[in-house]
Amino acid sequence: MKKRVICVLLAAAVAAGSLAGCGGKSSDGGASSGEEGKVINVYSWNDEFRKRVEEVYPEVKETSTDGTVTTLNDGTEIHWIINPNEDGVYQQKLDEALLRQADASADDKVDIFLSEVDYVYKYTDADADVAMPLADLGIDPNADLADQYEFTKVTASDVNGVQRGSTWQCCPGLLVYRRDIAMDVFGTDDPEAIGEKVKDWDTLKATAEELKAKGYYTFASYADTFRLYGNSIEAPWVSPGETTIKVDQKIMDWVEDSKEWLDAGYLDKNVKRQWVDDWNKTMGSSSNVFAFLFPAWGIDFTLKKNWDGEDGVWGVTNPPQEYNWGGSYVHACTGTDNPEQVKDIILAVTGNQENLLKISKEYLDYTNTKSGMQKVAEDSSYASEFLGGQNAFQYFVPVAESIQIAPLSAYDQGCVELLQNSFSDYFQGAVDFDKAKENFETAIIERYPDITAIQWPE
Amino acid sequence: MKSRNKKIDYSKWGYFFILPFFVSFFIFSFIPLLDTIRYSFFEYYRSGIKEVGPNFIGMENYISLLKSDMLKYAANTLILWIVGFIPQIVIALVLAEWFVDARLKIHGTQFFKVVIYLPNLIMASAFAMLFFTMFSNNGPVNEILLSIGLIKEPVDFLGSVFGTRSLVGLMNFLMWFGNSTIMLMAAIMGISPDVFEASDLDGCNSFQRFFYITLPQIRPILAYTLITAIIGGLQMFDVPQILTNGQGTPDRTSMTLIMFLNSHLKSRNYGMAGALSVYLFIVSGILCFFVYRITNNDDPDGSKAAAKKAKKQSRRG
Repeated sequence: MKKRVICVLLAAAVAAGSLAGCGGKSSDGGASSGEEGKVINVYSWNDEFRKRVEEVYPEVKETSTDGTVTTLNDGTEIHWIINPNEDGVYQQKLDEALLRQADASADDKVDIFLSEVDYVYKYTDADADVAMPLADLGIDPNADLADQYEFTKVTASDVNGVQRGSTWQCCPGLLVYRRDIAMDVFGTDDPEAIGEKVKDWDTLKATAEELKAKGYYTFASYADTFRLYGNSIEAPWVSPGETTIKVDQKIMDWVEDSKEWLDAGYLDKNVKRQWVDDWNKTMGSSSNVFAFLFPAWGIDFTLKKNWDGEDGVWGVTNPPQEYNWGGSYVHACTGTDNPEQVKDIILAVTGNQENLLKISKEYLDYTNTKSGMQKVAEDSSYASEFLGGQNAFQYFVPVAESIQIAPLSAYDQGCVELLQNSFSDYFQGAVDFDKAKENFETAIIERYPDITAIQWPE
Repeated sequence: MKSRNKKIDYSKWGYFFILPFFVSFFIFSFIPLLDTIRYSFFEYYRSGIKEVGPNFIGMENYISLLKSDMLKYAANTLILWIVGFIPQIVIALVLAEWFVDARLKIHGTQFFKVVIYLPNLIMASAFAMLFFTMFSNNGPVNEILLSIGLIKEPVDFLGSVFGTRSLVGLMNFLMWFGNSTIMLMAAIMGISPDVFEASDLDGCNSFQRFFYITLPQIRPILAYTLITAIIGGLQMFDVPQILTNGQGTPDRTSMTLIMFLNSHLKSRNYGMAGALSVYLFIVSGILCFFVYRITNNDDPDGSKAAAKKAKKQSRRG
């Protein structure tokens, strides 16, 4: 009996010892040590970031054919851990990894992860402290990233104004219109003239009436205009430290205008949301939709893919209101064992004008360099075949310069998604206004258990 | 004493061979089950990346669930299930009867059996995705209807309560009627052919044969099918989830209980989700009890129960 007790005690001691050993090792591998790890783990939802790193980071030697491992010149491997953004899968996987971060062995630690504007705030949260302040990495946002657009820096900062991420991309949006429809309705397809017709919401409404008379829809759906209203809210959905959702007046304006526009026949009733087949079809040559509101990536990835006619039919002009849509932020993960390389990568991809212009040329991104974009706007070699020889950057620049980014909260993604869903029923006539409000309240409380109340504007 | 020890006992091998099941059940089902029940008494969720709890809050999760729309979602689930189940069991019964009937001599029954089972092999989510595309406003179904002039404007199938619920019902029906058919065929084939022969000699027509012989004879299997289908229906998730993008549109009328559970899991709300699971567990448990009673009932025509009842009554009287 005694022997057995000793055995158990010994076993326990060994186990405890080995566990303690693990703990010690992992804390050694933290940012404090001078030696860099052999593996850089990058969490992302597609190969966008990888392609840009390959393009501009001078240390890149080669990437395996399946795209999962990139080897650097000094032998360090970048492991790309890709999970799709759809249905929150990416965030789910990233969250698991971040919660394990403290106990993970050096090679398994997350070193860099990406986030989208819709949920960037969740990760830049000062209390959570999962994204390292750039200053801790040795990047001085004021000096090293001086040429970046101010609003992208604000977006990547926490409540205290500490910048915890950086982006190579800036996503000012434009109004993209069909030249053939413009010719038919207004007798001109000149971007300046069309720009005049869509310069603000009231003018656009008059224009919509003209389009309707000829049997055209102005936009595909009410979901298309949401970003313009939603990104100009004055107060965040949820103020820091509170548990009440305050629905902004701008959002209610969107509801009111959308209902009015839909009932007036300016929008296609058959399209209820974006990213579905019905919506994609409205970008085809047989559709009656005059315009879309897209940033650079939307024109290149979404519109171009769905367009089945010839190049040169689409044109761009100023939107009725300046807005920003999307953007991928790069964060250094707290606890990374490769702080030096992470710093180099972030600087190379997001803070180097030459590199950013290269990205703009190669991938048509509107990149995060104020002076660079100004140059590009005047450079005719950036003209797009798809847009009939127009240089879209010329229109992006003024939008980017006047973007006021809406204050963010960690609840944005759910609020935006669920509000659009609840009110879609109202627009389609399935429920009345009060029921739609009620449905939003139900849905949001199911989604965020810490929300206690919803406040609607008077 | 010694001789008894020498006797070879094989029974331990039996236990040894079923051990893997019990071990995996214990680790992967039983412990999580207990954990679910335990967490249902806690406040435990994630806000953003921060974890809240676990804090013990007693029955609060259960109470707030009762105050939420849970019962409405339960009603939705039931309606969606019935819409699919009624055609499913009717068609399955008719097909099973026809396929088994020797006198009908249907050719290629084997082929049809495979074909009707095929929809069940497609992943439910893929099936729902297909229907979503087919019945969308600019989808092929609307295009066909428009081009043959049946309708003037596209029908918004997924925008109406009736349309959405019917589509969910239709999909569940298509996916499961083959399965029920095969199960009921087995039941009908289990009936002694003597009974059918005797009925033929007595001049019984096919309707009488179906209602007075087949149906009573397969009653236990029919009840089993019904109750397993209810339990399956309680867990209805993938079809409405994909069809309505997880929102149970329109007006949350196609939100099922498991979709409700899933929306709690989006914020890792283990407490609330656990409490909901416990409710579902209790309901399924009660249903399982009925299945157990039916399948272990060696008195299918109810004579024993009737005798017992009569005896009781006579005693009272």
